[in-house]
Amino acid sequence: MNNKGVDQSKRQFLTSALTVVGAVGSGYLAVPFLAQMQPSAKAMAAGAPVEVDISKMESGQLIRVAWRGKPVWILNRSSQVLETLKTLDSELRDPLSLESLQPESSKNPERSIKPEILVAVGLCTHLGCSPTFRPEIAPNDLGDKWKGGFFCPCHGSWFDLAGRVYRGVPAPTNLEIPPYRYITDTQLIIGEPAEEQSA
Amino acid sequence: MKNLTALLLLLSLSFGVVASEGVKLQEANNHLTDNASLQRGAKNFVTYCLGCHSIKYIRYLRIALDLDVDPKKVLKDIAPEGANIYDQMHSAMNAHDAEKWFGTQPPDLSLIARSRGADWLYSYLKSYYIDPKSPRGVNNLIFEDTAMPNPLWQLQGEQYAEHRKNIFGEEYTSLIMKEPGTLSEGEFEIFVNDLVNFLVYVGEPVQLERQRMGKYVIFFILMFLVLAYLLKKEYWKNIH
Amino acid sequence: MKRDRITECNDWFLQRFPLTKLWNEHMAHYYAPKNFNFWYFFGSLALLVLVNQILTGIFLTMNYKPDAKLAFDSVEYIMRDVSWGWLIRYMHSTGSSAFFIVVYLHMFRGLMYGSYKHPRELIWIFGMLLFVALMAEAFMGYLLPWGQMSYWGAQVIISLFSAIPVIGDDLSLWLRGDYVVSDATLNRFFAFHVIAVPLALVLLVFLHIVALHEVGSNNPDGIEIKDSKDPWGHPVDGIPFHPYYTVKDLVGVGVFMLFFATVIFYMPEMGGYFLEHANFIPADPMKTPEHIAPVWYFTPFYAILRAIPDKFAGVIGMGGAIVVLFLLPWLDRSPVRSIRYRGGIYKKALALFVISFIALGYLGTQPATPTATLVARFFTAIYFGFFLLMPLYTRWEKTKPVPKRLTTTHSLEEQLGHLPELIEEITKIKAGSTEIGHAAFKSSFFAIRPNPNGIKNVISRVVKNVKGSLD
Repeated sequence: MNNKGVDQSKRQFLTSALTVVGAVGSGYLAVPFLAQMQPSAKAMAAGAPVEVDISKMESGQLIRVAWRGKPVWILNRSSQVLETLKTLDSELRDPLSLESLQPESSKNPERSIKPEILVAVGLCTHLGCSPTFRPEIAPNDLGDKWKGGFFCPCHGSWFDLAGRVYRGVPAPTNLEIPPYRYITDTQLIIGEPAEEQSA
Repeated sequence: MKNLTALLLLLSLSFGVVASEGVKLQEANNHLTDNASLQRGAKNFVTYCLGCHSIKYIRYLRIALDLDVDPKKVLKDIAPEGANIYDQMHSAMNAHDAEKWFGTQPPDLSLIARSRGADWLYSYLKSYYIDPKSPRGVNNLIFEDTAMPNPLWQLQGEQYAEHRKNIFGEEYTSLIMKEPGTLSEGEFEIFVNDLVNFLVYVGEPVQLERQRMGKYVIFFILMFLVLAYLLKKEYWKNIH
Repeated sequence: MKRDRITECNDWFLQRFPLTKLWNEHMAHYYAPKNFNFWYFFGSLALLVLVNQILTGIFLTMNYKPDAKLAFDSVEYIMRDVSWGWLIRYMHSTGSSAFFIVVYLHMFRGLMYGSYKHPRELIWIFGMLLFVALMAEAFMGYLLPWGQMSYWGAQVIISLFSAIPVIGDDLSLWLRGDYVVSDATLNRFFAFHVIAVPLALVLLVFLHIVALHEVGSNNPDGIEIKDSKDPWGHPVDGIPFHPYYTVKDLVGVGVFMLFFATVIFYMPEMGGYFLEHANFIPADPMKTPEHIAPVWYFTPFYAILRAIPDKFAGVIGMGGAIVVLFLLPWLDRSPVRSIRYRGGIYKKALALFVISFIALGYLGTQPATPTATLVARFFTAIYFGFFLLMPLYTRWEKTKPVPKRLTTTHSLEEQLGHLPELIEEITKIKAGSTEIGHAAFKSSFFAIRPNPNGIKNVISRVVKNVKGSLD
């Protein structure tokens, strides 16, 4: 073995070129492996928009439906509850939902398209437990300040009946409002944005 | 040379319908790139087959995306009423009834093109004939005593089998059209081809995509190979 | 200073882990003979395929369901609903066939150059254990898609164990965990396929390589490069594995990937050899397919099984066909390793063995007609004759003198360089062939005509060379 006539720069160039091609190739090869861990067509089919009939809902009633496997609450709020909601702003962290997740059509104090019907994803924005529905006012365990709302048993976060988070609890933002729209007056579809209605 | 080819062609034509133990299959003329054919095939399948046979491994949405049809149009034109775009293509018939009627459960056809092949399907669908000896009144040249009655008889018409001998004395069966159906022979061939084409697609929906992709992958590997070879040559030029 | 920090971290690590030592021992200062030829690509390729199988296997496991009711569906789910699932599955299914192609060629290399002979017997034993583990891995993996071929293949192979006297029936019952191949069988095969056997494979690969690097690689001349060393103690005819063989193996990897990708993207079923047609029908314990055959890589052994007209003897024959390979280092009594310096008998015997192996492989895929069985018996006799007569003919035959130093032969690329000359010899250019008529046919491609005399010369030369090399 002698090193006579070894063209170091050619070696260097070819080594670099091969490294680059190899790296790019490995990168492309990694894509299928990573992408196959994404939700499959079956998961997407199971996560398809859900239709809900709300014609039989009474005032104050809460129904739960599953959308993408998550609990979605539909709550029919009385006018009394809507009045109470207006008085809570000072105790809430994000009363106008500026930092919270919701479609544009629900970015209002009631956080809904129709004021009385609340549609929200029933998972606490802290670490994903499902809060309990506590519509009663000032129960023994929650104290006088409780005006009715959702209480998360895991880490004690408070939400009002518009899914807005109180100050001084671990949850950072209001409950998420999923995209939804009305097909008819009493027929909801959860998972399709309201903006599409005009299209 | 030309004459020889012609002669061979003639011979193969005249013995094309050999029906001894290994029945000669007719060649399907299907093309996966023919979107219109696939769409017609999907429609044909839903109209004539889905009543009994599911193709449960494919979803309407996948068909819409692969065949480049608007999902709403798939629901309106192809899918049976009440189907959801995310649904897999299940049959409406329940297994219990099927057992009672046909003595066996009609198989799912998602993979039939992969297990049988396009030519077999094409020949099978065209080879029904009236057979008074069979309990169902019909039989099939390709699949003897098949449990399936001919679903396409109204389109194709009724064929009879005639046993003949060729010049070498070998027996073969040919099918003779006695009562033409609603489609002409040419139209029926197109119909069956479309159906087979669709089943080939359903067998492996990704096949066109993988062939498209293969070109780029192979080109890339060639690039790698050339560089690796040059590098090897550079390193090895002093080794004797 | 940033640079110093990195060096510090490096030192910290290297003081605690012998990375440099390992690298030098097995790559940079591992001296390999410089005359490795085409046949020496397949070891590293086998390693590449193993990595491919493990990687794709892990990702398939994420969506596969080892349950008799769900398994078939879950494979189709991977093929259709999982993003890119089809690619990963085809990489795995093609990989299993590629594994056997590569390993069979690797083993053939050993037969040609006597790589199993003293002092490399243990490498060969580890390699054979790897081969057996690989067969077990492939067999159990083949049940998992739960198609008709999976099911009935497993049924047949497990029933082989019932041929063993006294304990046979209980043994096959125990293997299945049920009276027939069932959910229980599928579940345990899954466990073996995804964890137990792969662990054994990886361990054996490790042992195979450690044993190899202890005694050093053999080579096409079959002589020890350690016998002639330079003043620094390095073999004169050796070159460091890295960079010389790493760059060379990269070329092999490129060529392999070219074939591999072509199969995956254009012919994943390989005409029913890599993925059998009947395996697209879900397993049905009530109905055996008309014609069942194992996957191609098992067919030589399957043909031996069928050729012997007695259940127990057939199983013994099939097992014996593998056991006899283990004994190879002790059956071969030739004083030389490489086929280059052996006499004509071994060369002819090896050629016959290869022919019989391929013929048995073909017969194993075909239905067992009386003629086919007769032919299979003939080739089975040759298969065993190659091994069992070896102690006799290798001792008798006259060998050629072995050189002290490695000889140089023409490399594949040099031979490829002669291709244009060859083409020139066997063709003649037909100039101005106007009588064909149509203008479109006058392109240069059509003007090249085969030259009968040239072809005759080339064929007679090839025949003479083959005849000469067999003596």
